[in-house]
Amino acid sequence: MLKPEIKNRLIEIVGTENFLDSKEDRITYSYDGTPIISNLPEAVIKPKTVQELSSIMKIANQEKIAIVPRGSGTGLSGGSVPIEDSIVITLNHWNKIIEIDKENLTILVEPGVITGQIHSEVEKLGLFYPPDPGSAAICTIGGNVAENAGGIRGLKYGVTKDYVMGLEVVTPEGNILKTGGKVVKDVAGYNLKDLFIGSEGTLGIITKILLKLIPYPEVTKTILVYFSKLEEAAKTVSDIIAAKILPSALEFLDKTTIKCVEDFAHLGLDTNIDALLLIEVDGYKDIAEKEAEKVLDICKKNNCSYIELAKDSNHANKLRAARKVAFSALARFKPTTILEDATVPRSEIAKMIVGINNIASKYNLTFGIFGHAGDGNLHPTCLTDERNLDEIKRAESAFEEIFELAISLGGTITGEHGVGLSKKKFLNKVVGKDGLEIMMKIKEALDPNVIMNPGKVFSISSKSEKLRGDKERFRKFILEEWI
Amino acid sequence: MTNINFTGIDIPSEEFLIKCMHCGLCLPTCPTYQLTGLERNSPRGRIRLIKSVLEGKLEISKTFYDEMYFCLDCQACETACPAGVKYGNLVELARVQIDKTKYNRGISKIIKKFIFENIFISKKRVKLLARLLKFYQKSGLQYFVRKTKVLKLFSNKLYKIEGLAPRISDKFTDESYPKILYPEGEIKYKVGFFYGCFMNVMFSDINSDTIDVLLKNGCQVIIPSEQECCGSMHAHNGDLKTARKLAKINIDAFLKYDLDFIIVNSAGCSAFMKEYAHILIKDDYYNYAQTFTSKVSDILEFLNNIEMKKPQKEILKRITYHDACHHVHTQKIYNEPRQIISKIQGLDFIEMKDSTQCCGSAGIYNIINYDDSMKILDLKLKNIANTKAEIVLVSNPGCLAQIRYGLEKDNINIQAIHPITLLKESYKE
Repeated sequence: MLKPEIKNRLIEIVGTENFLDSKEDRITYSYDGTPIISNLPEAVIKPKTVQELSSIMKIANQEKIAIVPRGSGTGLSGGSVPIEDSIVITLNHWNKIIEIDKENLTILVEPGVITGQIHSEVEKLGLFYPPDPGSAAICTIGGNVAENAGGIRGLKYGVTKDYVMGLEVVTPEGNILKTGGKVVKDVAGYNLKDLFIGSEGTLGIITKILLKLIPYPEVTKTILVYFSKLEEAAKTVSDIIAAKILPSALEFLDKTTIKCVEDFAHLGLDTNIDALLLIEVDGYKDIAEKEAEKVLDICKKNNCSYIELAKDSNHANKLRAARKVAFSALARFKPTTILEDATVPRSEIAKMIVGINNIASKYNLTFGIFGHAGDGNLHPTCLTDERNLDEIKRAESAFEEIFELAISLGGTITGEHGVGLSKKKFLNKVVGKDGLEIMMKIKEALDPNVIMNPGKVFSISSKSEKLRGDKERFRKFILEEWI
Repeated sequence: MTNINFTGIDIPSEEFLIKCMHCGLCLPTCPTYQLTGLERNSPRGRIRLIKSVLEGKLEISKTFYDEMYFCLDCQACETACPAGVKYGNLVELARVQIDKTKYNRGISKIIKKFIFENIFISKKRVKLLARLLKFYQKSGLQYFVRKTKVLKLFSNKLYKIEGLAPRISDKFTDESYPKILYPEGEIKYKVGFFYGCFMNVMFSDINSDTIDVLLKNGCQVIIPSEQECCGSMHAHNGDLKTARKLAKINIDAFLKYDLDFIIVNSAGCSAFMKEYAHILIKDDYYNYAQTFTSKVSDILEFLNNIEMKKPQKEILKRITYHDACHHVHTQKIYNEPRQIISKIQGLDFIEMKDSTQCCGSAGIYNIINYDDSMKILDLKLKNIANTKAEIVLVSNPGCLAQIRYGLEKDNINIQAIHPITLLKESYKE
């Protein structure tokens, strides 16, 4: 419970209308896009300015109150799910594009700007911001930076971190830090901005973002290829990359996913086929066309059943959009969809897909598999029902095996969703003792009172394990109980 | 599952609720979330609130009540939802529940009670009110009221909503036609025509145009005199009981004839009449309702499915199209009007931005939530004006009244008409 005295101080800063603590508001900020986990916050605060935010952080730091930052709440690892006794700081109303610099090819934005809005605004000027997460129509850029979001263009264009040039961050102690800038080269001191990218809200709150833009490709060719065997689709993926072609999208969908997507989007996809690749090549017209031809040859060599070319840009957009909602569309099959993003080196894609299918049948579970095959980032999605506790338990065991398989193939437990609450149990397996220790020291140095999104990333249960506000307990937990 | 808050048979279904996997893809399409950016003003938030009440974690409160009625029930979220959550059904059933509570009070309750329980239960009463309104509009009283702003003395709300009432038609449809009309040539289809309650008294010109177009397309048109209001507004505002009663009257009225189709020219009515079977699922009338529902066809759907008579007259106008929520979101009618329009020679068709976004009319939403409705309307007007069209086509009486009101209020020189009116014009030789 928030002490009345503290509540009054917070209200003094932001005003009554921006301090929400009705039961209804607490319920509707108790979740994000992650299945199953939710928790009521004590209050939700909408700061109006960076100064207000800084004052709030100072109070939180002094009083050791946990702070959970939130954009649109579309994350998939529980990053913005409140922990017990926490305050949610929502930033989706900070939604101004401050500047598009056509000479330096940068865009300066507030953290609440919708990623899709950045796309449409810069594309009007012939510019391109490639990172394109599935939820681009509603996710905020602040959340993208905090989670280092990926999306379908990762293979050729990289992920969010490859485009962040500068940040303004309010630290847990209430300082306003500015790091990075419009210069392409900058080696003055440690690269502080990179600390905050992918920090999942555990080191500070991002309040301004400077992003790099690139020229928009002249043409994009969108190709749909159907396969009657999974292995042939996987082989095609590695053959394309071996042929030194970097498609801007190389997406894989299995039979279950194709069915659900077709049911929603009515695109006329063939639902009787085992696997589908959505391939895009882009760039200058001549080169893109040549690459598209090569891709088609490789597909044919790998016995694809048939090939469909996007009729026009409208059709291509529809195909891409349909792939982007695959995750949500899978909920047509069963109400609870547990989606993970275990990632392997792309050469291991085929092994990974086969492995996931084996694990699924071992635990008698239904899985839909889709994902960014080109960069090894798969989304094995367990289709279940949260009311069936036995099945949920089996799903947990299955995911544990899937993570182990990914690690054994040289991969990682999460490619783009973050560790958050849902995968922290497995973090030590990927980063090891030394990695964890350094992460802990960074956390301690920046957030000495452990108030920023405590219980996320580090620690092992879905609760925050009382790590909040207690540095000693935090240190002891990581060094003695965890490692 | 504990269920201390919801009672009776009309309860939001757990199966529907649990389908929402809170991914958030509905948020950008929701007009009220766009206004406030608050999670509880979004479909995802409202679903969570309904679920919390169903699970006994939240009591029905004033906030809950307001939230369910802040929603326009435009169902844009249903179109956006990849998981296929039936949001409209959930919010409508939640409204049935909250209307039984103490939070249903004040001027909104009086307006709702007056409209649903005293007026829109019979055609006679709608017509009586329409005649009064017509007297008010024509006698100079309206001029006096507007000039002196006298209504402000009674209620600011009343003052604001006074202007929303569209002009009453000179002649009502139900009094203008014989029961059966024959086309000039061969009879290709035998159709029943539903003239609606609003449409009958306020847009009877559109009804006439529709009948005309049907006759030109080889339809024998039967106009059953026993028909009543379709009941959609009742159902959308928590009064399923009256809605079911009206549904049965209409089923009886139309099934008396051996019809190929039941033709409806208002998006809100055709959408709801297709749901008759669903609302009567536990009723003796279910089988009749199924037969009825299977025959209901929106005029745009009907014309697009048959070999439509070719328009002859060239119309040199720049036009745009507003998609009524009850077409595009409820019935997934989107291509049909565009196909029909494309057959008229000379038109310069421009898509407006966000054509599928609600205009804020939403049944009686503009009366109950005037201020919010106007903010949503302003967005629509901006998108219409940006097309620089001369005509905006609108296929639903609520939207038509709202958009005409907005165009007049803001002095925008664009005409809002029903697409069938345009089609009829193009049939002239």
